[in-house]
Amino acid sequence: MSKNDLKLVGGWYSPFVLRVQIALNIKCLDYDNIEETLNPKSDLLLHSNPVHKKIPVLLHADQPICESGIIIQYIDEIWTNAPSILPQNAYHRANTRFWLSYIDDKLVPSMRNILFAEDEAKKTHFVEVEEVLEVMEDVLKKQSDGKAFFGGDNIGFIDIAFGSLLSWLSVIEELNGRKVLVEAKVPALVKWAETFADDPAVKGFLPETEKLIEYAKALQQRVAAAIK
Amino acid sequence: MADEVVLLDFWPSPFGMRIRIALAEKGIKYEYKEEDLRNKSPLLLQMNPVHKKIPVLIHNGKPICESLIAVQYIDEIWNDRSPLLPSDPYQRAQARFWADYVDKKIYEAGKKVWTTKGEEQEAGKKEFIEALKVLEEELGDKPYFGGKKLGYVDIALVPFYTWFKGYETFGNLNIESECPKFIAWAKRCFQKESVSKSLPNQEKVLGFIVDMRKKFGIE
Repeated sequence: MSKNDLKLVGGWYSPFVLRVQIALNIKCLDYDNIEETLNPKSDLLLHSNPVHKKIPVLLHADQPICESGIIIQYIDEIWTNAPSILPQNAYHRANTRFWLSYIDDKLVPSMRNILFAEDEAKKTHFVEVEEVLEVMEDVLKKQSDGKAFFGGDNIGFIDIAFGSLLSWLSVIEELNGRKVLVEAKVPALVKWAETFADDPAVKGFLPETEKLIEYAKALQQRVAAAIK
Repeated sequence: MADEVVLLDFWPSPFGMRIRIALAEKGIKYEYKEEDLRNKSPLLLQMNPVHKKIPVLIHNGKPICESLIAVQYIDEIWNDRSPLLPSDPYQRAQARFWADYVDKKIYEAGKKVWTTKGEEQEAGKKEFIEALKVLEEELGDKPYFGGKKLGYVDIALVPFYTWFKGYETFGNLNIESECPKFIAWAKRCFQKESVSKSLPNQEKVLGFIVDMRKKFGIE
C-alpha cells in the first residue's frame, strides 16, 4: 500500500486516467495503480463510482473522487507544498477551468466522433478538431507569455487536460491518414507537444502509439458490432 | 475601489439563474443586462468570443464565462461571507461532482422532454426522472445538498425547478408523485430570498417554452 494511501483505478489507454497520473507525478506522490480492463468492470470500480461507472477514480484513504478535472483540483488542494497545478489568482483559475471545459466539450467529442463515425461524417469532425487546435494555438501564445507551457514555466491544468489527449490525436491521425498537429498551421502547439512529452512528470507515462492503435481498432470493432 | 459587477443574462436561462442566486447569497450589487439572443450585443460577443453565450459575469471589466466557473469565482473572491462550496477539499470534490452531474444529466434530459416526441421523448422522460431520483438519494435527509445551508449543488440545480411546469405539461409528467422529496427540497430553496427574488416563476417559464415550441414548430 502506498504511503499516502492513494489508489488510482484506471487504464493505460485512458487519457483521463493519464491526466490524474501526471498530476500525481507533479506532486511526487506514490500511489497504487489498479488496472481496469472495463470488460467486465470490476466490483471496486462499480462500488467507487456507482453513478458513472467510469475511470479514473482516485481513492484517498478509500474515499473515492471521480472525474479527472475534479480529481486534479482535489490533489492540488490537498498537497499544497508541491508545485501548484492551478493558478493562485482567482481570475486566472477561472480562466484555466474555462479552457479545461472547452477541451472536454469541444475536442473530446470531436475526437470520439472521428473514431466511431462513418467516413463522410469524419471530415466534419476533422474540421472541428482543426478549429480547436487553432483556438488553442492562440491561447498558448497569449497565456504562456513566451514560456514553454500554458501554465508558464511548469505544466499546469490546461497542459495536463490538453496534453493527455495528444497520444489519441496521433492515433486518429494515423488511422485516417490525415495530420492535424502540423507545424505549418499550429507551430507553437507542435513545439509545446514535444516539450510536454519530454517533461519528467509525463515521460514514460504516455501510451505507445502502436499499442494504442491496436486498442483503438479493437474498440472500433466492438462498437460497430454492438450497433448492429 | 468599488467592485463593478455586470451579469449578461437571459431571464429563462437556468445557467444565468445560478449566477443570480450566488450573487444574491453574497449580497453583491450588480448590473443585470438582458440579452436578446437573436441579436447578441457587441458586449456579449466581445466578452465571450469563444461560445458567444450567456451567462457572462463581468467583474471590473473582466469576463468569466460558464455558470459553474462563475459561481466558484464568486465564492473565491467574496470569501468573507456565505460560503457556497465546502471548506473541506473532499467535500468540495463531492460538491463539484454533483454539480457536474446536474450539468451532464438534467439539462439534456429535460431538453428532450420539451423538444421531442415519441420514443425520443419517452427516453428523455425516463432519463430525467432517473436523474432526479439519483439526486434525491444524494440529498438524503439533509435539508440542502450543501447540508444545513444552501450550497453549490443547490445553486446548480434549483434553477431547473423553474422549468418543471414546462416539462410536466409537454412531457405529460407528474414530477411530485415520482420525486416528492425533490419537490420538497426545491420549495425549501424557494423560501430563501436569494432564490425566490432571483428566479422567475414556473408560469412565466411555461409561457416562454410555449413560445419556443411554436417558433421551432414543435407540436
